Amino acid sequence: MYPELQKLDVHVYACSVDSVFVHKMWDESELSRMVDGGIPYPMLSDGGGNLGKVYGVYDDAAGVNVRGRFLIDPDGVIQGMEILTPPVGRNFAETIRQIKAFQHVRKSKGTEATPAEWQPGKPTLKVGPDLVGKVWKVWKP
Amino acid sequence: MSEPIGCARPTGKVMGEGEQKTAEETQDTKEVDVMGLRAGMKAPDFESPAYHKGTFKTVKLSDSLGHWVLLCFYPGDFTFV
Repeated sequence: MYPELQKLDVHVYACSVDSVFVHKMWDESELSRMVDGGIPYPMLSDGGGNLGKVYGVYDDAAGVNVRGRFLIDPDGVIQGMEILTPPVGRNFAETIRQIKAFQHVRKSKGTEATPAEWQPGKPTLKVGPDLVGKVWKVWKP
Repeated sequence: MSEPIGCARPTGKVMGEGEQKTAEETQDTKEVDVMGLRAGMKAPDFESPAYHKGTFKTVKLSDSLGHWVLLCFYPGDFTFV
Protein backbone atom coordinates (compact mmCIF):
# COMPACT_ATOMS: atom_id res chain seq x y z
CA MET A 1 0.00 0.00 0.00
CA TYR A 2 2.56 2.59 1.10
CA PRO A 3 4.98 2.03 -1.82
CA GLU A 4 2.11 2.77 -4.17
CA LEU A 5 1.36 6.02 -2.32
CA GLN A 6 5.05 6.94 -2.53
CA LYS A 7 4.99 6.32 -6.26
CA LEU A 8 2.09 8.76 -6.47
CA ASP A 9 4.10 11.32 -4.45
CA VAL A 10 1.64 11.26 -1.55
CA HIS A 11 2.73 12.28 1.93
CA VAL A 12 0.85 10.21 4.50
CA TYR A 13 0.05 11.29 8.04
CA ALA A 14 -1.88 9.20 10.54
CA CYS A 15 -3.34 11.00 13.51
CA SER A 16 -4.93 9.96 16.79
CA VAL A 17 -5.24 11.43 20.28
CA ASP A 18 -2.61 8.99 21.57
CA SER A 19 0.74 10.34 22.74
CA VAL A 20 3.88 9.89 20.67
CA PHE A 21 5.03 7.44 23.35
CA VAL A 22 2.02 5.23 22.77
CA HIS A 23 2.54 5.54 19.01
CA LYS A 24 6.07 4.25 19.54
CA MET A 25 4.91 1.32 21.66
CA TRP A 26 2.19 0.39 19.19
CA ASP A 27 4.60 0.56 16.28
CA GLU A 28 7.27 -1.46 18.05
CA SER A 29 5.08 -4.05 19.72
CA GLU A 30 2.42 -4.68 17.11
CA LEU A 31 2.61 -2.78 13.82
CA SER A 32 6.20 -3.77 13.06
CA ARG A 33 4.97 -7.39 13.10
CA MET A 34 2.43 -6.58 10.40
CA VAL A 35 4.48 -4.12 8.33
CA ASP A 36 8.13 -4.84 7.63
CA GLY A 37 10.22 -2.15 9.33
CA GLY A 38 7.24 -0.62 11.11
CA ILE A 39 5.01 2.23 10.05
CA PRO A 40 6.89 4.25 7.41
CA TYR A 41 4.96 7.53 7.77
CA PRO A 42 4.66 9.98 10.69
CA MET A 43 2.07 9.20 13.36
CA LEU A 44 0.72 12.47 14.70
CA SER A 45 -0.29 12.95 18.32
CA ASP A 46 -3.45 15.02 18.75
CA GLY A 47 -4.02 15.00 22.51
CA GLY A 48 -7.18 16.96 23.29
CA GLY A 49 -8.27 16.64 19.68
CA ASN A 50 -7.11 20.13 18.64
CA LEU A 51 -6.63 19.07 15.05
CA GLY A 52 -9.60 16.72 15.04
CA LYS A 53 -11.94 19.53 16.11
CA VAL A 54 -10.84 21.77 13.27
CA TYR A 55 -11.21 18.94 10.79
CA GLY A 56 -14.62 18.03 12.17
CA VAL A 57 -13.71 14.50 13.22
CA TYR A 58 -13.39 14.86 17.00
CA ASP A 59 -15.99 12.98 19.01
CA ASP A 60 -16.38 14.92 22.26
CA ALA A 61 -18.22 12.16 24.11
CA ALA A 62 -15.65 9.48 23.37
CA GLY A 63 -12.68 11.87 23.45
CA VAL A 64 -11.24 10.47 20.24
CA ASN A 65 -11.01 11.32 16.55
CA VAL A 66 -13.30 9.19 14.39
CA ARG A 67 -12.04 7.76 11.09
CA GLY A 68 -11.57 10.84 8.94
CA ARG A 69 -9.65 10.70 5.70
CA PHE A 70 -8.63 13.88 3.90
CA LEU A 71 -7.06 14.06 0.47
CA ILE A 72 -5.18 17.34 0.08
CA ASP A 73 -3.73 18.58 -3.22
CA PRO A 74 -0.30 20.21 -3.76
CA ASP A 75 -1.88 23.65 -3.26
CA GLY A 76 -3.14 22.64 0.19
CA VAL A 77 -6.76 22.34 -0.90
CA ILE A 78 -8.95 19.52 0.40
CA GLN A 79 -10.10 17.56 -2.65
CA GLY A 80 -11.75 14.68 -0.88
CA MET A 81 -12.92 13.76 2.58
CA GLU A 82 -14.54 10.72 4.08
CA ILE A 83 -15.59 10.33 7.68
CA LEU A 84 -16.57 6.99 9.21
CA THR A 85 -17.56 6.08 12.75
CA PRO A 86 -15.04 3.82 14.51
CA PRO A 87 -16.40 0.28 13.89
CA VAL A 88 -15.83 0.25 10.13
CA GLY A 89 -12.34 0.38 8.63
CA ARG A 90 -11.44 2.05 5.37
CA ASN A 91 -10.97 0.71 1.86
CA PHE A 92 -7.58 1.89 0.69
CA ALA A 93 -8.13 0.71 -2.87
CA GLU A 94 -10.80 3.39 -3.22
CA THR A 95 -8.47 6.00 -1.75
CA ILE A 96 -5.81 5.10 -4.33
CA ARG A 97 -8.39 5.25 -7.11
CA GLN A 98 -9.45 8.72 -6.00
CA ILE A 99 -5.87 9.95 -5.79
CA LYS A 100 -5.18 8.71 -9.32
CA ALA A 101 -8.38 10.33 -10.57
CA PHE A 102 -7.62 13.67 -8.91
CA GLN A 103 -4.05 13.61 -10.20
CA HIS A 104 -5.31 12.87 -13.72
CA VAL A 105 -7.81 15.71 -13.57
CA ARG A 106 -5.20 18.09 -12.20
CA LYS A 107 -2.74 17.16 -14.94
CA SER A 108 -5.40 17.95 -17.53
CA LYS A 109 -5.77 21.38 -15.89
CA GLY A 110 -9.46 20.81 -15.41
CA THR A 111 -10.21 19.96 -19.05
CA GLU A 112 -11.04 16.35 -18.16
CA ALA A 113 -13.31 14.80 -15.57
CA THR A 114 -13.61 11.21 -14.45
CA PRO A 115 -17.09 9.68 -14.48
CA ALA A 116 -18.49 7.35 -11.83
CA GLU A 117 -16.66 4.01 -11.51
CA TRP A 118 -13.70 5.44 -13.45
CA GLN A 119 -10.47 3.48 -13.20
CA PRO A 120 -7.02 4.52 -14.48
CA GLY A 121 -6.78 3.85 -18.21
CA LYS A 122 -10.52 4.18 -18.76
CA PRO A 123 -11.89 7.04 -20.88
CA THR A 124 -12.41 10.39 -19.21
CA LEU A 125 -14.96 13.05 -20.06
CA LYS A 126 -13.73 16.12 -21.94
CA VAL A 127 -15.35 19.01 -20.17
CA GLY A 128 -17.10 21.52 -22.42
CA PRO A 129 -20.36 22.46 -24.11
CA ASP A 130 -20.00 19.60 -26.63
CA LEU A 131 -20.33 17.10 -23.81
CA VAL A 132 -23.75 18.28 -22.73
CA GLY A 133 -26.29 15.61 -23.56
CA LYS A 134 -23.57 13.40 -25.12
CA VAL A 135 -22.19 11.66 -22.07
CA TRP A 136 -24.04 8.50 -23.17
CA LYS A 137 -21.83 8.36 -26.27
CA VAL A 138 -18.53 8.29 -24.41
CA TRP A 139 -19.38 6.68 -21.11
CA LYS A 140 -20.75 3.15 -21.05
CA PRO A 141 -20.53 1.80 -17.53
CA MET B 1 10.87 18.94 18.25
CA SER B 2 11.04 22.64 18.87
CA GLU B 3 10.39 22.05 22.57
CA PRO B 4 11.80 19.20 24.60
CA ILE B 5 9.36 16.45 25.53
CA GLY B 6 9.09 16.17 29.26
CA CYS B 7 6.37 14.46 31.21
CA ALA B 8 3.79 16.83 29.76
CA ARG B 9 1.97 15.45 26.77
CA PRO B 10 2.75 17.54 23.72
CA THR B 11 -0.11 17.93 21.31
CA GLY B 12 -0.89 19.44 17.95
CA LYS B 13 -1.88 23.01 17.38
CA VAL B 14 -3.64 24.70 14.55
CA MET B 15 -1.57 27.40 12.90
CA GLY B 16 -2.57 31.00 13.37
CA GLU B 17 -4.25 30.50 16.73
CA GLY B 18 -2.72 32.44 19.60
CA GLU B 19 -1.20 30.34 22.35
CA GLN B 20 -2.57 32.62 25.04
CA LYS B 21 -6.19 31.89 24.25
CA THR B 22 -8.20 30.28 27.01
CA ALA B 23 -9.59 26.84 26.36
CA GLU B 24 -13.09 28.22 25.96
CA GLU B 25 -12.13 30.84 23.41
CA THR B 26 -10.24 28.25 21.41
CA GLN B 27 -13.23 25.97 21.50
CA ASP B 28 -15.48 28.71 20.10
CA THR B 29 -13.14 29.48 17.23
CA LYS B 30 -13.03 25.83 16.32
CA GLU B 31 -16.78 25.35 16.38
CA VAL B 32 -17.03 27.96 13.65
CA ASP B 33 -14.26 26.32 11.63
CA VAL B 34 -15.85 22.89 11.86
CA MET B 35 -19.11 24.14 10.43
CA GLY B 36 -17.30 25.53 7.41
CA LEU B 37 -14.90 22.73 6.52
CA ARG B 38 -15.69 20.92 3.31
CA ALA B 39 -14.06 19.63 0.14
CA GLY B 40 -12.71 22.44 -2.03
CA MET B 41 -11.54 24.48 0.93
CA LYS B 42 -7.98 25.09 2.07
CA ALA B 43 -6.91 22.43 4.57
CA PRO B 44 -6.34 24.10 7.96
CA ASP B 45 -2.60 24.19 8.58
CA PHE B 46 -1.26 22.70 11.80
CA GLU B 47 1.85 21.72 13.62
CA SER B 48 1.85 18.47 15.54
CA PRO B 49 4.23 16.28 17.49
CA ALA B 50 4.76 13.00 15.72
CA TYR B 51 6.44 9.63 16.04
CA HIS B 52 8.26 8.66 12.87
CA LYS B 53 10.43 5.57 12.47
CA GLY B 54 11.87 5.55 15.97
CA THR B 55 12.16 9.31 16.43
CA PHE B 56 10.00 12.11 17.79
CA LYS B 57 9.59 15.14 15.57
CA THR B 58 7.27 17.98 14.65
CA VAL B 59 5.17 17.76 11.51
CA LYS B 60 3.77 20.85 9.85
CA LEU B 61 1.12 20.28 7.22
CA SER B 62 2.26 23.20 5.07
CA ASP B 63 5.70 21.58 4.75
CA SER B 64 3.97 19.17 2.38
CA LEU B 65 2.79 21.89 -0.01
CA GLY B 66 3.73 20.80 -3.53
CA HIS B 67 2.85 17.20 -2.72
CA TRP B 68 -0.38 15.31 -2.36
CA VAL B 69 -1.28 14.56 1.24
CA LEU B 70 -3.34 11.77 2.74
CA LEU B 71 -4.31 12.74 6.27
CA CYS B 72 -5.99 9.94 8.20
CA PHE B 73 -7.54 10.31 11.61
CA TYR B 74 -8.30 7.15 13.59
CA PRO B 75 -9.80 6.53 17.04
CA GLY B 76 -6.83 5.04 18.81
CA ASP B 77 -3.65 3.02 18.81
CA PHE B 78 -4.01 -0.73 19.13
CA THR B 79 -7.14 -0.66 16.98
CA PHE B 80 -7.36 -1.38 13.27
CA VAL B 81 -6.50 1.67 11.20
